Amino acid sequence: MSKLVLRGIEKRYGEVAAVAGIDLELREGEFVSLLGPSGCGKTTTLRMIAGFIEPSAGTIEMNGQMLSSPSGVLPPEKRQMSMIFQSYAVWPNMTVEQNVAFGLELRKLPREEVRRRVGEILEVVHMGHLAARYPAELSGGQQQRVALARAIVIQPQVLLLDEPLSNLDANLREEMRFEIRRLHDEFRITTVYVTHDQAEAMVTSDRIAVMNQGRIEQVADPHTLYNRPKTRFVAGFIGRTNFIEGDSNGDRIEFGSFALPRDVLDGAPASGKVTVSVRPQSMRLSRAQPGNGQPQVAVTIAERAYLGEFWDYVVAPSNGAMKLRVTTPPLEIYQVGESAWLAFDPKQMTPIT
Amino acid sequence: MTAALDNLATPAEGALARRFRLADPSMILWLVMIAILVFLILSPMVRLVVSSFQEPETGRLTLSNYVEAYGRARHLQALWNTLVFGAGVAVLAVIFGVPLAWAISRTDMPAKGFIRLMVFGAFIIPPYLGAIGWILLAGPNAGWLNRVWMGLTGAESGLFNVYSMSGLIVVVAVTSFPYVFVFTAAALDLVSSEMEDAANILGAGTMRTTFRVTLPLVLPAIVGGLIISFLEAIALFGAPALIALPARFQVVSTQLWQFFEYPVRVEQAAAYAMPLLLITIFMFWLQRSVLGRRGYTTVSGKGGERRITKLGPWRWVMLGYALFVCALAVFLPMLVLTQAAFAKAWGRGFSLDNLSLQNFHYILFEQTQAQNAIVNTFVYSGITAFAAIALSLAIAYVVTRKLVPWSNVLAFLCMAPFVIPGIVLAIGFYAAYAPPPLALYGTATILILAYTTRFLPIAYTSSAAGMRSINPEMEEAVRILGGGRLLAIRKVLAPLLKRNLAGAWILVFIPATRELSSAIFLVGPNTRVISVMLFDLSEEGNFEVLSALGMILLVATLIIAAVGFKAIGRDFMVRQS
Repeated sequence: MSKLVLRGIEKRYGEVAAVAGIDLELREGEFVSLLGPSGCGKTTTLRMIAGFIEPSAGTIEMNGQMLSSPSGVLPPEKRQMSMIFQSYAVWPNMTVEQNVAFGLELRKLPREEVRRRVGEILEVVHMGHLAARYPAELSGGQQQRVALARAIVIQPQVLLLDEPLSNLDANLREEMRFEIRRLHDEFRITTVYVTHDQAEAMVTSDRIAVMNQGRIEQVADPHTLYNRPKTRFVAGFIGRTNFIEGDSNGDRIEFGSFALPRDVLDGAPASGKVTVSVRPQSMRLSRAQPGNGQPQVAVTIAERAYLGEFWDYVVAPSNGAMKLRVTTPPLEIYQVGESAWLAFDPKQMTPIT
Repeated sequence: MTAALDNLATPAEGALARRFRLADPSMILWLVMIAILVFLILSPMVRLVVSSFQEPETGRLTLSNYVEAYGRARHLQALWNTLVFGAGVAVLAVIFGVPLAWAISRTDMPAKGFIRLMVFGAFIIPPYLGAIGWILLAGPNAGWLNRVWMGLTGAESGLFNVYSMSGLIVVVAVTSFPYVFVFTAAALDLVSSEMEDAANILGAGTMRTTFRVTLPLVLPAIVGGLIISFLEAIALFGAPALIALPARFQVVSTQLWQFFEYPVRVEQAAAYAMPLLLITIFMFWLQRSVLGRRGYTTVSGKGGERRITKLGPWRWVMLGYALFVCALAVFLPMLVLTQAAFAKAWGRGFSLDNLSLQNFHYILFEQTQAQNAIVNTFVYSGITAFAAIALSLAIAYVVTRKLVPWSNVLAFLCMAPFVIPGIVLAIGFYAAYAPPPLALYGTATILILAYTTRFLPIAYTSSAAGMRSINPEMEEAVRILGGGRLLAIRKVLAPLLKRNLAGAWILVFIPATRELSSAIFLVGPNTRVISVMLFDLSEEGNFEVLSALGMILLVATLIIAAVGFKAIGRDFMVRQS
C-alpha cells in the first residue's frame, strides 16, 4: 500500500497557480525528491503535505487516511510528521538536548526513555558531545545535525526536508548529502526532500520528481531520469545536453547527414518533427572516420575548453546543422578549426517532447 | 608613500616640521571631543561620588553623609518603597505590554492599527501628565471614576484612591508599558515562522507552541522591557511627587528632592543617590549576563511566510483587553485632561456652560511665566538636540573609523549616561557646576548641558548606526581626490546621513521637551520649563490651567512626531531602544 498519496493537488493565489495539479505516490520507506528551479511550486507542495498550507484542490492521504482535502485539513501538529527547515529553525532558547527532546516530551514518553532516545540519536548524528550546548554556540553544519536529530528522533510517519543544505558551504553540503542518505538507510523513514540542486537529489533519492511551473514533468529514479528524460525541461535541467532535430517518416527518422530506424528511438512519433536529447559524453569524437554504418557526421572544432576531468568541445557539423557540445577524455586533444568525425550512440539518444 | 613624502620634504625642514605636516589637522578636533565628554559625563559623575564622601564645609573625607542619609528609618523606608514601586510597575507593564505585543504581531485581532497608535499615544504622554489625569479620575472623592461609582451604587465613598502605592504603580505602569510592548513586538516580528512550524510539525498545538517556543524566544526582549520599565520607574520624579507626597510616603526620588530644600544638603543627596546608580548598573549587567549563552539572534529563514495565529472568537476578547489597557493609558486620562483644559472649573463636569478658552488665553497671553516656560522648553530642547547630535556624530565618526587608539572608551562614555538616572545626573551636575568657579546654577547653560548629557546615548545610537551603514570608501574617494577629512564629512557623510540625523534630532527633542527629573534640580527663576511649571501648578491645585499647558506640550509633541513619521518613516521611534 502507498504510504503517502497526493491526488490532483493545486494551490492558487488569486489567478496565479503556484501548484497546478500534482499526483504523486510514495511507498513505505521511500525517499523522493521534489527537484526544480525556484518558483516551481516544490516548497508549496511540501508545505501542503506538512499541513501549513491548505490546498485549493485535490487530496493528500497518508496510510489511507485523508489529511488534506478542500473540505478540511488536519493541522500540522496532528500529522505525526516532522520537518527540517531551510533555516533549521533550531530553537535558540533551548540546548541541543532540549531541542531534540521536545517532540518526545510532547508524546509524553517517560523521562528515562526520552533521555535514552535523545542520547542515542545524538550519537547517530555525531553530536553527543555537544548535547549541553546552545545553538548559538554551534556551527551551521552542527545546527543542521541537531535539526536532523530532532526530526528523526520521534520516528515520524513522514520526514519532510525543505532545502536543508542551501545555507551550508560547498564542502559541508557534499558531506551532508551522504549523511542524509545514510540516516535514511538506517531508519527507512518515508521522506520528501525539496531541493533545486540536482546532485543533491541524485545522491539522496530513490526517485526524483522534476517540477516546473507548478507541475511534475517526470518522476523516475536518478538513472532513468538522466538517461531517459521525457521532456525538454527535464533533459535540460538534469545535466547538460544537446537537442537535435529530426524528421520522422514512418520507419525512419532523418537527421540530415544520417538516419536512424524509428524503433531504435523508443517512443519517437511516427511522423512530423522529432527532438532528441544527446548527452555530450555519449558521442565519440575521432580523427578517423568510424566504420560499419555507425550514425555519424563530419564536424569542425569551433571552441574548446579544458576542465581537468574532461575536454569540453563545441563542434560545428559540416552540413550546417546546429552546433553541438561534446566531451572527451583529457588525452584526446583537438585544435580549434581541426576537422573530425562525430559518432552517435542510438542507445543513448532519447526523443523528448 | 612615506618615501614619496620624504622626497617632498626639503632637508632644511626639521623632523618636527615634517611630522606636523603629516599630522591630520582634525586630530585637534578629536582632542576637543574627548575634553567635552570628560566635562559632560566624567566630571559630574566623579564629583557626585567624591562629594558623597566629603564634609560640606571643609571638603575633608568622611562617611558622615552616608550615616546621615541612611541613618533614619524613613529614609530606608523610602528606599524600600522605591523597590516595591519599581517592581510593581515592571510586572504590571509586562501584564499590559506582552499580550498586546503578541496580539498585534502574531494574531488576527481586529483594529491592530488603532491599538498600535494608542500605544504610541501612551508612549508620548509624559508620566506626570498621566498622573494628573489619574488624580482627576481617581482622586478619593472628587475623582470622576469615584463619582460615577457613587452615582451608580449610592455608596458613601469612592472605590478608588489614586493617592496610594497601588495607585502610583498603576498610573506609572500605564505610561511605561509601551517599553515592554515595543521591545516584545519588535522581537516577535523577527521570529521566523519556521521556529513555530518546527514545533507544530512535531505535534505541538497553538497554545503550546506559543508558550514553549514563541514567548521563550522573545523572553530577552520581555526581560529587557521589564528592566527598562523598572529603571524608568525608580528614576521618575514627577508622578511620585504628585501622588506619593499627598499619600504621605516617600520614594528615593522625592526624598532626594527634600535634600535640596533649604538648607541644601547636596553631599547627603549624593550619598543617597548611590543605590539608584548602583541598581541601574547592576540591572544592565544582569540583563547581559543572565541571557548570556543563549544566542537569541534568530536565523530568519527565507521563504516561509509569517503566519498569523487565528484566535477565532477569542480575538474579540483580546481586542477588549487591548481597549481596556488603552483606556487606562490614553482614553480616560486624556478625556478628563481635555475636559479640564477647556473648563471653567473641572469639577462642574461636561456641560456647555462650563466650556471656556480662558485657560489657554491665560497661559498664552496673560501669564508671562508660562510664556517664558514654553519658549524656554523649545529653545533648550532644540539646542540640546543639535548639541547632542553634533557631539555624537563626531564621536561615532572617530569610533567607527578607529581614528584614535582608545576610541572604544569614547563610545563607552557616550553610552554611560544611559545607566545614570536623570535625577542622579542632575545631582552630579549640581555638585560639579553649581559652585564657583563656574557657578552655573540657575543658568540656561547648565540645563542644556545636563539635557545634552542625558540624551547623548539616544543621539549616539542613531549616529553610530548611520555611520556603520556608510562604506568608508565613499569618504576615501573624496580624500584620494585631495579633499580633507572635514571636507569629506561636510560634503559626503553629512548629506548621506541626513535622514538619520533628522530622526535622531526628533528622538532627542521630544524627551527633552518633557524632561522633569533632571530639570527640577537645576532650574532657576528665569529658566523654568513647561514640565517644572506643570509641577508647580499642581502644587497650587490649579488643574484647569495645568491641563491647558499640558495640552500645549502634547500637541507640540504630536506635531513634531507627525513630521518625523512623514519625513523619516514610521519606525523612527522604535530605534530609541
